[in-house]
Amino acid sequence: MGMTYVQKLLAKAVGRPGAAVGEVLEPKVNLAMSHENGALVISQFEEIYKGTGREAKVWNPDNIAIIFDHRVPAESSKTATNQKKTREFVAKQGIKKFHDIRGDVGGICHQILPENGYVRPGYVLVGTDSHTTTHGALGAFAFGVGATEMASVWTLGRILNVEVPATIKVVVNGKLPKYVYAKDLVLHVIGRLSAQGANYKVLEFHGSTIRNMPTSGRLTLCNMSVEAGATSGLVPPDKETLRYLREEAGVKGKIETFGPDADAVYDQVLEIDATKLVPQIACPHTVDNVKPVTAVKGVKLNQIVIGSCTNGRLDDLAVAAKILKGRRVVDGTRMLVFPASWRIYHKAADLGYIQALSRAGAVVCNPGCGPCLGIHQGALGDNEVALATTNRNFKGRMGNPKAEVYLCSPAVAAASALTGVITDPREAKK
Amino acid sequence: MKTAKVVLKVADDVSTDIIYPGRFMATVLPAETPLFAFADSPDFNRRLKSGEIAKGGAIVAGKNFGCGSSREQAVSCLKGYDLAIVARNISRIFLQSAINLGLNIVICPGIEASEGDELQIEGGKVLNRTTGKTFATDPLPKARQAIIDAGGLIPYTRKVLMGTRS
Repeated sequence: MGMTYVQKLLAKAVGRPGAAVGEVLEPKVNLAMSHENGALVISQFEEIYKGTGREAKVWNPDNIAIIFDHRVPAESSKTATNQKKTREFVAKQGIKKFHDIRGDVGGICHQILPENGYVRPGYVLVGTDSHTTTHGALGAFAFGVGATEMASVWTLGRILNVEVPATIKVVVNGKLPKYVYAKDLVLHVIGRLSAQGANYKVLEFHGSTIRNMPTSGRLTLCNMSVEAGATSGLVPPDKETLRYLREEAGVKGKIETFGPDADAVYDQVLEIDATKLVPQIACPHTVDNVKPVTAVKGVKLNQIVIGSCTNGRLDDLAVAAKILKGRRVVDGTRMLVFPASWRIYHKAADLGYIQALSRAGAVVCNPGCGPCLGIHQGALGDNEVALATTNRNFKGRMGNPKAEVYLCSPAVAAASALTGVITDPREAKK
Repeated sequence: MKTAKVVLKVADDVSTDIIYPGRFMATVLPAETPLFAFADSPDFNRRLKSGEIAKGGAIVAGKNFGCGSSREQAVSCLKGYDLAIVARNISRIFLQSAINLGLNIVICPGIEASEGDELQIEGGKVLNRTTGKTFATDPLPKARQAIIDAGGLIPYTRKVLMGTRS
């Protein structure tokens, strides 16, 4: 019986010929990522060693990455102290893949890992962040874990209790229409599967739409796979994966790739005709409350956010800058832009995107998670409504349980900035 | 025999943003996180903090409890009140973190209960003593049960590290 991509990957990871769905494995971890919550991982890690008489040393500092992104620069003394504790730990343990609060190499973890070539096809990658699913775009089995699980990984170098997941095959064919993007596709998938439709399973993406999609779009797809409950989103590596790793991430040396077996057994197959898709909106307060933009046109907006690990990449800023260049964010609506990394910020500056957005009235903030989870900047006021290219719209998500968040693509966000209401970019004035 | 009074009933898809709002994420230590459990439900949060709700109660939830962010504070804040979670099903990361930290979780696909009901949780079933109805529970995978039996992932990992895992 053939194996899906994740079955094959896990079989390789444990050095066995096969891996059956439901089997419990303890695979070695190729990369273990944390952000500010590294502070909690550290205290749990030290707890494990208590009373053992052994020195608390991580299994391999080269396989650990720590990226500050959730609250940069620190918004409070408490955060600053947690960051300080983490910085000291990083120095003591010799962790080199550390991205501090810096305007050259800093950014959001789910952009920093790919752009620095830390992710490879076939990797088992865990992160103390639910959007770790992002890295499946490069063919890694990448999933979120809690801080204590990470402390265990730091100790042992492998992860205990990984059940081989069943796979939902998502086949997407055809060319995406104008003003329809990877974000619209993934919102559509989440709407169809529901917020729990892929619980304990992975999504494996196939079809001509995926093959023709640049890695930036694939990162968006895999990033939001977790919103359907998926353990990971996966794009089996291809020419585009290699192009990205070589040309954009600067990876040298051998890159091993493989695909699922032709006779792999899938739990479910979801087929999508990309040519029929329209811009999608996830309405408050669940990500699976997805409607076509036409159904929610005209909703009044107080704040628009472009950025995050979902849609803060160069392609996203390009779309927004093109729509907003030489125009003006309407009075009464504020627009915030958070590029996903400083590398992207600098490229966007070189290409004139930052200036176009800023001159139009957008506030371009420093790369980081920003207002996405309501703990740093851009909180909403009571009864305010936001439209964001981020990934979650749960009650309270943007810092206020009395506010509402709608989710969309950068094109919908930018078109709506000109009008102050949810606007279909296909109908926006040219 | 363990009995627990239902202190809160919630619907499907309760995210960790509801259980532990993001703006309190700078607080990480299990000793401090209970202060912010369900902080955006001010009345419930106040009754937990004041002790008006006795420790050892149960939250009855629908499907996909604990979805969203992997923040472990959402588990440790409930553990601080020794709450049991009786849910129709539980999101993956929350389930694993609950096992790792020793939060009492019961997956009970057919559970029917109201706030104030007394639940008796034992032997693979939940008896609602108030309504007299009994509901089957799903067992946890064996490999996960081993972590619970060890008292959580920290002592379990310590055993693996020291080569004393049986």
